[in-house]
Amino acid sequence: MRIAIVAGGRTPERDVSLRSGRRMTVSLEDLGHEGWLLDPAEVPLVEALAERRPDLCWLALHGKEGEDGTVQRLLDLLEIPYTGTAAFDCEVAFDKVLAKDALRRAGVPTPPWVVIEGWALRDLGGGAALGKAVERIGLPCVVKPSRSGSALGMSFVEREADLPQAVMAALSFSGAALVEAKVEGREVAAALVGADLEPLPLVEIVPKEGIYDYAARYTAGATEYFCPARTSQGASAAVVEAASTAASALRLRDLTRVDLIVDPSEQPWVLEVNVSPGMTETSLVPMAAQASGLTLSDLCDIVVRSVLGRT
Amino acid sequence: MAEFSIDRFVDRYAERTSGMSASEVRALFAVASRPEVVSLAGGMPYVEALPAQDVLEVATEVVRDLGPTALQYGGGQGQLALRERAAMLMAEEGVDADPDDVVITTGAQQALDLLGKIFIDPGDTIAVEAPAYVGALTAFAAYQPRFLTIELDDEGMIVEQLERAIVRGERPTFVYTVPNFGNPAGVTMSGRRREQLVALCRETGIPIIEDNPYGLLRFDGEPLPCLRSLDPRNVIYLGTVSKTFSPGVRVGWALADPSVIQRLVLAKEAADLCGSNFTMLITERWFSDDSRWRTALTGLVDTYRARRGAMLDALEEHFPGTATWTRPSGGFYVWVTLPEWSDTTAMLAAAVERRVAYVPGTAFYPDARGADRMRLAYCYPTEDRIRDGVARLATLLEDDARLYRSLHGS
Repeated sequence: MRIAIVAGGRTPERDVSLRSGRRMTVSLEDLGHEGWLLDPAEVPLVEALAERRPDLCWLALHGKEGEDGTVQRLLDLLEIPYTGTAAFDCEVAFDKVLAKDALRRAGVPTPPWVVIEGWALRDLGGGAALGKAVERIGLPCVVKPSRSGSALGMSFVEREADLPQAVMAALSFSGAALVEAKVEGREVAAALVGADLEPLPLVEIVPKEGIYDYAARYTAGATEYFCPARTSQGASAAVVEAASTAASALRLRDLTRVDLIVDPSEQPWVLEVNVSPGMTETSLVPMAAQASGLTLSDLCDIVVRSVLGRT
Repeated sequence: MAEFSIDRFVDRYAERTSGMSASEVRALFAVASRPEVVSLAGGMPYVEALPAQDVLEVATEVVRDLGPTALQYGGGQGQLALRERAAMLMAEEGVDADPDDVVITTGAQQALDLLGKIFIDPGDTIAVEAPAYVGALTAFAAYQPRFLTIELDDEGMIVEQLERAIVRGERPTFVYTVPNFGNPAGVTMSGRRREQLVALCRETGIPIIEDNPYGLLRFDGEPLPCLRSLDPRNVIYLGTVSKTFSPGVRVGWALADPSVIQRLVLAKEAADLCGSNFTMLITERWFSDDSRWRTALTGLVDTYRARRGAMLDALEEHFPGTATWTRPSGGFYVWVTLPEWSDTTAMLAAAVERRVAYVPGTAFYPDARGADRMRLAYCYPTEDRIRDGVARLATLLEDDARLYRSLHGS
């Protein structure tokens, strides 16, 4: 098959995306496909696709435009099949405000949260309501932008006095910020692949500095990983169950990663889902694949078959 | 169960690498370097202004006439002819230099690293300006010093602060300063402060590292004496052609006492054997024609002067009254101070989203200060782009101020 790997783009996760994209290109070529990398920040995407008409687009873009349904809508219009979740569902999954609401409706446990809109703060005097957020959510809490990846713009807040600055930092990345209860416990990631979103072994994340922020994610050696996770059999099953319910509630497809925390009572909490999980050498999904005996090419093959199965 | 180590050498790295990690700001700069973003961030010289034909001629001459030398190893100290050119450039600024007391380095940046290597033991105190050139901070940090920060004002380093620290018992291994149009503050040390600093360091036996990349990029006013010319024995002087010609040739140098030069040459040979003969010869040839390099330099200075004007005018027109900034009389940078509550690191993402970039102030302090500062570079973008970029930043500052007021109920 002729597969265009779309990676790069104009978001802060550009470099991560290009690293993912280059690895995917090699793995797809190993399967005998004709693969080429397409960076929409370097070439006009529509023209480039018209010129070299691929059978399929592998979406390795991260962040806005790549994960929020923008590029997916464009490919729908061009009638080019693509990997991953459909446009509208991407829009929901990428926006933590919408996604968490959908998860709650589906009965998926997710830490309590409130939403603070930048617009409400600037124009409606919403800052006065910030105390209410602390009252509802408690401390410590996590403040994150509604639409951003790789923990960019995220901060942990211990003291109420630090909340305004954390909110401003999150709003630098997105129009709305979430203030979410901080759940203590083991951090785990569940990768789901294929037409039936089969779970791969869980990956447990142990950041050396205690916080899985941008630096901990992308500095080699800053985080330890255990795969399978060191959770009990029961807890692991509950994690897979929660992740699968989350994925089906959000109608995710082909390849996805659900990030969770397992609290000391072994209750899993879904933090977020990723419609285009990182595939770099420090990323979690390739690690989970390896632990289950799959090569990256095997993983690519499962994903491509899943896409073909619905077209 | 398998423990996955992404980096199997993680427990073996030296302690000095502990600060070397991925960061959000670096990720944002990957986007900021895209052409659609007005980058007021990087200090890239506007090499497009150099006469391409002249550069081609020089490069051709080197390959045609000096090919075997250009493609060969050279000595660790660098070619004598080039050291003579370096001495000539220093004479332009009133610094008297013997070419034997010069070592050519891979940009002045390598000289910073080598000076760190030969002077700093872990835990030693070194005195730096606050804010200071980030490249010097990172080069020195690898040798694990303790930074003693000395504040700047409109006259450059506040020497009285250094003096008080010395009275308190501080004995820094050296003092590092960029006295002319400093990076990032764009401030020039006054004549009075120069005399004071040189006298204080001479009395206390503390060597000064004078880093002077921008000295020949003066837009107005009279040049002030270099520290080296005030006290040749106690000042180690760093020069470069990165701003007067090209940073791509990676040619800089250190001028110091023969004993220091001897150690620097040995350290340089240990680091990279020798610099690139090829680019050293190109640089030597470039500066061999007096009218050529002077004309090119005048062109660069005129361009930078106009761009500085565009930036200062745009700041005046667009920036809020709560912001203040420096007015450089040369070099590349304007240093902006915002209201105390500002967080320019957090704001960078929103800036990049609006297609404009700057360097957050915290980069220039070894002690996590500077969140309310930003460095704006006017050297690379055109005047129109500078005006555009400053206007975009101003709308962001306005939005941020509204957020702040809402969050703090004022």
